[in-house]
Amino acid sequence: MFHKILLTTAAIAASTVTVSAETIRWARAGDAITMDPHAQNEGPTHGMNHQIYDSLLQRDMSGNIIPSLALSWAALADNPNVWRFNLRQGVSYHDGAAFDSEDVVFSLNRAMADGSEMKELLSSIKDIRAVDAHTVDIETNGANPLLVNNLTNMFMMDKDWSTANDVLTPHDVAKGETNFATMNTNGTGAFMLVSRSVDEKTVLTSNPNYWGKDIYPNQVTDIIYTPIQSAATRVAALLSGEVDIIQDVPVQDLGRVSGTDGLNVATAAQNRVIFFGLDTVEGPTSNLKVRQAMNIAINRDAIKKIVMREQSDPTGVIMPPFVNGWTEALNQYPDYDIDAAKGLMADAGFANGFDITLNCPNDRYINDEGICQAAVGMMARIGINVTLDAKPKAQHFPIAKGGEAPFYMLGWGVPTFDSHYIFNYLVHTQTDKRGSWNPTGYSNADVDAMIVSLESETDLAARDATIAKIWSAVQDAQMYLPIHNQVLNWGMKNNIDFDVQPEDTPHFQFLKFK
Amino acid sequence: MRRFLESDFLYDFLRAPVAIVSFCVVSILVLSAIFAQFIAPTNPFDPASLELMNGFTPPLEPNMYTGEVFLLGTDDQGRDLFSAILYGLRISLFVGLMAVSLAMTMGVILGLIAGYVGGWLDNLIMRLADIQMTFPSILIAMLIFGVARGLLPPELRYEMAITVLIISIGLSEWVPFARTVRGSTMVEKEKEYIAAAQLIGLKKWQIMIRHILPNVLGPVLVIATITFALAIIAEATLSFLGVGAPRTEPSLGTLIRVGQDFLFSGEWWILLFPALTLLALALAVNLLGDWLRDTLNPRLK
Amino acid sequence: MLVIIFRRLGQSVLVLFLVALISFLIFRYVGNPVDNLMGQEATLAQRAALEEALGLNDPFYKQYFSFVWNALNFDFGNSYRGALPVSDLIASRLPATIELALTSAIFALFFGVITGIYTAIRRGGYLANIILSTSLIGVSLPTFLIGVLLIWLFAVELKWLPSFGRGDVVQLGWWSTGFLTLSGIKSLILPSITLGLYQLTLIMRLTRSEMLEVMRQDYVRFAKALGLSSKQVNYKHALPNTLVPVVTIAGLQLGSIVAFAIVTETVFQWPGVGLLFINAVYFVDIPVMSAYLLLVGVLFVIINLFVDLLYLAIDPRLRDSNSSE
Repeated sequence: MFHKILLTTAAIAASTVTVSAETIRWARAGDAITMDPHAQNEGPTHGMNHQIYDSLLQRDMSGNIIPSLALSWAALADNPNVWRFNLRQGVSYHDGAAFDSEDVVFSLNRAMADGSEMKELLSSIKDIRAVDAHTVDIETNGANPLLVNNLTNMFMMDKDWSTANDVLTPHDVAKGETNFATMNTNGTGAFMLVSRSVDEKTVLTSNPNYWGKDIYPNQVTDIIYTPIQSAATRVAALLSGEVDIIQDVPVQDLGRVSGTDGLNVATAAQNRVIFFGLDTVEGPTSNLKVRQAMNIAINRDAIKKIVMREQSDPTGVIMPPFVNGWTEALNQYPDYDIDAAKGLMADAGFANGFDITLNCPNDRYINDEGICQAAVGMMARIGINVTLDAKPKAQHFPIAKGGEAPFYMLGWGVPTFDSHYIFNYLVHTQTDKRGSWNPTGYSNADVDAMIVSLESETDLAARDATIAKIWSAVQDAQMYLPIHNQVLNWGMKNNIDFDVQPEDTPHFQFLKFK
Repeated sequence: MRRFLESDFLYDFLRAPVAIVSFCVVSILVLSAIFAQFIAPTNPFDPASLELMNGFTPPLEPNMYTGEVFLLGTDDQGRDLFSAILYGLRISLFVGLMAVSLAMTMGVILGLIAGYVGGWLDNLIMRLADIQMTFPSILIAMLIFGVARGLLPPELRYEMAITVLIISIGLSEWVPFARTVRGSTMVEKEKEYIAAAQLIGLKKWQIMIRHILPNVLGPVLVIATITFALAIIAEATLSFLGVGAPRTEPSLGTLIRVGQDFLFSGEWWILLFPALTLLALALAVNLLGDWLRDTLNPRLK
Repeated sequence: MLVIIFRRLGQSVLVLFLVALISFLIFRYVGNPVDNLMGQEATLAQRAALEEALGLNDPFYKQYFSFVWNALNFDFGNSYRGALPVSDLIASRLPATIELALTSAIFALFFGVITGIYTAIRRGGYLANIILSTSLIGVSLPTFLIGVLLIWLFAVELKWLPSFGRGDVVQLGWWSTGFLTLSGIKSLILPSITLGLYQLTLIMRLTRSEMLEVMRQDYVRFAKALGLSSKQVNYKHALPNTLVPVVTIAGLQLGSIVAFAIVTETVFQWPGVGLLFINAVYFVDIPVMSAYLLLVGVLFVIINLFVDLLYLAIDPRLRDSNSSE
C-alpha cells in the first residue's frame, strides 16, 4: 500500500507545471488590505498598489526620489507656498483613458477626503489647481519644503473611471465599508490586475501601454502574489522552488537560502529603527540615572551577533541613516558596561534593583521577541527583574501607545526621510494632534515649539540646526533606548537581478533577469 | 480480594515487555523532572545566568566565543538545552497532571450525578457536555486564554499562564470522563446490590462514592492515561498558536515551537532533543494506557 | 416520537443561543480593534468617533441582541480588517476547509478501518503490533510539528509535493474546488495527512476493539463452530457490525477535524476558515471570530442532532425509555 502511494506521488511530482521565465511568483508575510489606493497607509497595501498605480514621483530601488507621472517639480520663484508639477504626457490608464491634470486634482482631493488614511500626509495643502492639461500647482499653508517627500505613495486615479464606478471617495476601512475600488483597479502602472482572492492569491499581468516601457527594464510579464504567513512555510516555498522571491527571509535561514543552488539573498539597510521606550514620569524609570544604566546594560553587539545573526546595524539614536538629521556622532552607541550600569543604579538608589514588565510584540519586527528576551537577561544582570509580556502586534500596540507600559518595544519607519516625522510622533508632548506615539510622558515646551517651527522653516540650514538641537535634547533625556536599524533580506532565484528597496517595496518594472 | 487483584495485575505487568519499558521511561522522565534542580547544570529560568553569546552552541562542541561546552547544546538565547528540557518537562508534566486531575474530578462527579440521579440534572449535564463538545479543546483554550489575558493585570497574567493552561485543557477534557462514568453508573445502578444498599437506607452520595465509584474506576484510569498524553500534546499545540508557556520559562511545547524555527537552518539540536523527549513521554504514556485497557478489560483476555 | 424530536430540536436551539453568547461575549473583551484600524497617526478624537461607529459603546445586551439578530439573517457585519462582509469571506473560505476536512476524514477512515481490521484479525501478530505501536507516534507529536516535518521532507528535500496553498482551483459557481486540477490534488496530500493522522489512529483503535468485541459475540463463535471459514466470518458477519459505531464516531469527529484545521491551515497557508480565524484572533477582528465560532457551533450541533435522531430511529429501546420519562 505504501509503495503505491509513493509511486503515485512520484508520478504527480514528475509532471510539475512549468511557468514561463518571465513570470514572477512573489510571496511575503501579509496581503494588501484593499486595492483602493488611498484607503490604507500600510506597507503591503502600498507594495501591491505600486505595481498597478503610479504617483507623481516615486522612490527608486535605492530610495532616491525620481520622476514618475510628474517630470519635474519646483516651488514657484515668486511664491514659496506653491509647488508646480509638470506632468508626463501621453500616459494612459489601463482602460485606455488619458491621464491629465484633472486626474491629479481629483486624486489628491480624494486622498484628503474622509475615509482616507493618507490625509495626514497632505495636511499642509491649501489648494490644488490645474494650470493647464499637464501642469498642476499645489499651494500649502506656509512654505512646505518637504511636500514632495509626502507624495511618493500618493497614487493617481482616473476621474472619469472613479465617477462611473462611484468611488469618488476612499472607502473607510475602519468603518467596514467597501467600494468598487476595493477589488478593482484602473491605474497607469506597469501591471494590471487580473484576479484577486484576498489572503490567497493575486495575479497581475504587464501593461502593454505602460509609459515606462522604454525607461525601465520591464522584463516581468506576469506576477503571481501569494501571502504566506508561517515563516518556515515561506522559506520552504522558496527552497522547494514554488516561489521566485520572498520578502521576509528569517535571519536564521539566510545561510540555508544563499547556500542553496539557484538561490540568492539580497540585503540592504531598512529605513526602520528598533528601540525600547521608558516611562519618564512614574516608577523607577522616571529616574534619569536608571534610564542611563539600562542603556549601557544593553549589549547591542551580542544582540546583533546572536539574535540578529549580523543582520542589523546597532545604533545610539532612534533614527535610521536615511533620515535628514542623522550624523555619525549621534549613531555612535555606548559601550556595554555592566559595572558602570550597576554604579548608576546604586547612585539612583536602586542598588537592589526593581521589578518591571516589558511589553513586546511577537509578530511585527525581525526577531522582536528574541530581542526582548535577550534584554530580560541583560537587565537581570544589573538587578532589574523583568517580566516579559510578548503578544501579537494588534494587542501590543494599544498597550505600548496608551502609556500603560513602563517599558516597551517599538519600531519606527520614516517614510518622509526627515527627522520631523520622528519628532512629531515620538518626541512632542502627547496631545490629540501630535505626539500620539510618545507615551513616555516626556514633555518639553521648548522642544515642542522647535518641532512645530520645523514645519514652516524654509531656510534649510537653520532648519537642520534646529533638528540637531532637538536631537541633543532627546539624547539627554534618554526616554528611548535605541537598539538597531533593521536590515532587509530578500530571498530570490539567482537568475533575478533586483535591488532591495529600503522601504521594503519592490517595483517590479526595475527587475532584470540575468 | 484486593491483594489477589494486585498480584494478578503485577503478574500481567511483568509479562508485558512493552509495559515494563514504557513504565521505566515514564519513571525516569518523571524522576528527572522532579529532581531537575539537582541534575541540571544550570537554572534555565534565571535570566541573569544566561549568556547571550553562548547562543546556538552545538552539542558537545565548545562555543566559538566563550569556549563553554554543553551536553545537548544551547538554544537561541544561550540557554543550556539539557537543563531547559528538564525544567520544561517539569512544567509539561505538571500541566498534564493538573489538567487531568481537574478533568477527571469534574467528569467523574458530573458523570456520577448524571447517571445516578438522572432526570433534569442528567439532561442539563449532558447538554453542557454537548456545548463543551461544540468547542473543541484548542478553541476552548484559546477562548479562556483570551479572556484571562484581557481581564488580568499584566503581572498576574504572566504568573497565571500555567494556571490558565491547566484550566483550559482540563475544562475541555472532562466530557469523556463524564460520558463513561454516566454510562457505567446507569448500568451499575440497575444491579441488585444497589437496590439492597438503597433498602438499608444509605444516602445517595454514599452509594455513589462507596459502591458505584469503585466499579467505574477502571475505564476512568484508562481515559486518564490517554488524556494525560493528550494534555501534554495540547500544551505544545497551544504554545504554537501563541497561547502557551512564556519563552522566558519554556515548557517542552514552547521549546519545540521555538526549535522548529531552526529546522531549515541546520541547528537541528534545538528542535530534536525537546521533540524526542516529548515523543518518548507521550508514546510511553499511550502504550501504558493501551496495556492498562487490555489488562483491565477482562473480556478481551 | 414527534415530541422527542421537537424537544431535541428545542435543546439544540438553546445550545446555539448559548454558543452565540459565548462566542460574542468572549471576543468582545479580547482586545480593542480600534488600534488596528486607525494606524499610527490617529488622533484621540478620531478613535472615539470610530468606537462610536463600531457600536463598541453600546450596552452589552444591546450588542449581543443585535449580534444574534444579524446572525439569523446571515449578516455578521464586515470584517474589521478586510472590509469585506464576513458572510462573503466565510463563504469564499469554506470550500477550502470542507475539501481538506473531507479528504483527511476519508483518508483517516479508509486507512484506519483497514489497519484496524488487520490488527484485530492478526491480534498479537508481529506486524500488527508494529502497526499499533507506530500509529501511536501520530498522536504523540503535536500536529504543527508533523506538518513542518512533512514539508521539510516532501517539499524541501524531495521536492515532490507543494509546501503551501491549494494549487490551482476551479470555480464551480460560488464553490471553488481543488479536486479538478493536478496541482490542486497534489496540494491536498500533505495537509490531509497532517490533519488526518490523529483521526486515523483513533479510528484504527476503535475498529480494532469493536472488531475484537464482535468476534467474541456468540453468533460469530457460532458461525465458526458451524464450520464457516474465518475469512467468511470476519468479513461477512463481524465487519458490518463493526462499521456502524466506527462510521458514527468518524462522523462525530468531522467537526473536530474542522476545528483542528486551524493548526494545519496555519502551517500550510491553506486558505480556509481556520486560517481566517487565527488571523482574526491576531488582528482582533471580532466579527470574523464570532462568526467562525458560531459556524463551528452550528456544525457540531447539527452533527450531534443528526446522530441522536438517527439512533432514535434505529433503536426502539431508547425511544421507549425516553418517552416514559
